[in-house]
Amino acid sequence: MRVDFTSVQLVDVSRHFGRRRALSHVTLAAASGDILGLLGPNGAGKSTLITILATLSTPTTGEVRYGGQPAARLGPALRIRIGLLAHELHLYPELSARQNLAFFAQLYGLDPRSTVDAALESAGLADRADDAVSGFSRGMRQRLALERALLHHPRLVLFDEPFTGLDDRAVGIVSDRLRALAAGGAIVVLATHDLDLADGLVTRVALVRSGRLVSDEPASTGLRARYRALIGAA
Amino acid sequence: MFVRTAWLVLRKDFAIEVKSLEVLTTTLFFAISCVLIFAFAFVKNGQAPEDAAAGILWIAIAFSGTLALGRTFERERYSETLRALLLAPAPRPALYVGKLLGMLALLAVAELLLVPLIAFLFQAALFSRPLLLAAILAGGTVGFSAVGTLFAAMLVRARSRDVLLPILLYPITIPVIIGGVRGTAALLASPVDEPGAIMWIGILAAFDVVFVTLSLWTFEPLMTE
Amino acid sequence: MKKAFIPLLSVVAVMFVVAPFLIANAPYESTMGLIQKIFYYHVPSWFAMYLAIGVSGVASAIYLFKGTPIADAYANAGAEVAVVFGLCGLITGPLWGRVAWGVWWQWDVRLTTALLLELIFVAYLMVRRYGGPGAEKLAAATALFGTATAPFVYKSVDIWRTVHPQTSVIPTLKPSMGGPFAFSALAFLLLSTLLLTARVHLAKRQMMVDQLYLAHEDQP
Repeated sequence: MRVDFTSVQLVDVSRHFGRRRALSHVTLAAASGDILGLLGPNGAGKSTLITILATLSTPTTGEVRYGGQPAARLGPALRIRIGLLAHELHLYPELSARQNLAFFAQLYGLDPRSTVDAALESAGLADRADDAVSGFSRGMRQRLALERALLHHPRLVLFDEPFTGLDDRAVGIVSDRLRALAAGGAIVVLATHDLDLADGLVTRVALVRSGRLVSDEPASTGLRARYRALIGAA
Repeated sequence: MFVRTAWLVLRKDFAIEVKSLEVLTTTLFFAISCVLIFAFAFVKNGQAPEDAAAGILWIAIAFSGTLALGRTFERERYSETLRALLLAPAPRPALYVGKLLGMLALLAVAELLLVPLIAFLFQAALFSRPLLLAAILAGGTVGFSAVGTLFAAMLVRARSRDVLLPILLYPITIPVIIGGVRGTAALLASPVDEPGAIMWIGILAAFDVVFVTLSLWTFEPLMTE
Repeated sequence: MKKAFIPLLSVVAVMFVVAPFLIANAPYESTMGLIQKIFYYHVPSWFAMYLAIGVSGVASAIYLFKGTPIADAYANAGAEVAVVFGLCGLITGPLWGRVAWGVWWQWDVRLTTALLLELIFVAYLMVRRYGGPGAEKLAAATALFGTATAPFVYKSVDIWRTVHPQTSVIPTLKPSMGGPFAFSALAFLLLSTLLLTARVHLAKRQMMVDQLYLAHEDQP
């Protein structure tokens, strides 16, 4: 069953553990071509939102809809349309770059021969393809992890703090990639606490604090000032 | 999709293990030390008590199996690759099956070492009925690994996971230990108690069917947060 | 159920007061004498324990697959009540054994099975306490697997034991023992149910408090 969608919605999503509130009545939507920035302080619930969007976690109340359909109805085939990159990177350090990519390519039902080399080129790691990932620098791992996350050309691209530990050039590469993805019709959701990087990259801004959605608006100039006004002040 | 995913996970774990052989060699050496500790505990005047060989074999399997379970899942915790696996479009129980098969392969190698070692140290006639012995080992190992793999997977994100695994695993797999030990002992008795061994193989097989099924059912709900 | 609680509690209290009289008047079992009368407490303890285990196992399965919080409350309550009554049985059993046959523990199949189930449900409580966030699901799996393994444990311990000679633990019931026994069994089962209900009620109250905290936070 081919699953595809052009929008994703969170409808009154809450997630709590006993008394501890991780998310509170979040209603949010994003569509093809958006780069939605989830911004907020640490512990605000951005990562929880990303995990829920990735189907790795279920909300306590509320629903997540992909193209209007809830996740349960779409089944495992939904996951081929989702790509996730969290700051843990999801790479096997003992395996080589090529082996990591080949494994995930096959897991997603792709032919490794056609996809792995292209991904290695794109990551600039073609000459280190057969070296174990444990020997890579943070920047190299990040580039590899980025390619791994995007191997299957997902519709919903979820990035959780992708800029951590990257140098200026790498940040530029990742940003360009995100713009290209959105231009190609992907729904990009980017969670970060780095306002300067988000500024100029995101097309929509969702500010989150203490599990609550404080504001949801198109991006404009003066992101930092807006952030301070809504979150920093209190 | 299901079988292919299980196979891919198995092959990936094999590829990782082959690079360093860390889990394999340390598990084997631990199994050997287990056997030696129990030998020194029980052997008196050069003679082990009756059926000690059967007991020691299964204790070594259980203890080294528990350690190996913890270590193989530790690999998926580092870099949170377990999340990446759960995101794959395959049905999630396929991941469980892949991990289970890997565990079975590891324990099979351990048993290939342990059986001759114990036969050697305790003059135990373990090879008199090799097919029946293989059936008992298979039945018990599958049961132990089925429950162990599920619990190790579900504990990956828990606190105190190292000690919680044996606390949960051992009481639940007591039927496997009893069946394995009594079945092996039946084969060591003189004369060999074949009907007894076959009866225990049946019980182990029933246990395996129930618990593999239960694990396949509960894997997905346990892995989603 | 709330309205019936106090009356039923009174009934149980009365039953426990009356029971010793009934038990004292019951006939003596031929071989063991007075100590045998501990069985009026011992066996009903098992009934109470197995009821609680059944509740915990089923509620755990529901919680795992449906996620309803009230099922989790029942699973936890069942585990706690099972541990309590299991302890009663595990204390009365060896006491009986020591006086009747001179040994504290002889790996009797029922006692051994009960010991293992007690371990499993103590492990349940430990997982809930020390497992960190999300431990409710892990505990539910423990209860489910624990309940599923119970018949296998019983069967394998049974066969394991028949290799060695053993004295029968449960004597044959004389007809006039049936009355007090049924009375005691009913009292224990009722007590077990009441404890379960009370514990679930407490859990519901805790959930309500949590909801109030969350609702309070929700206010702008």
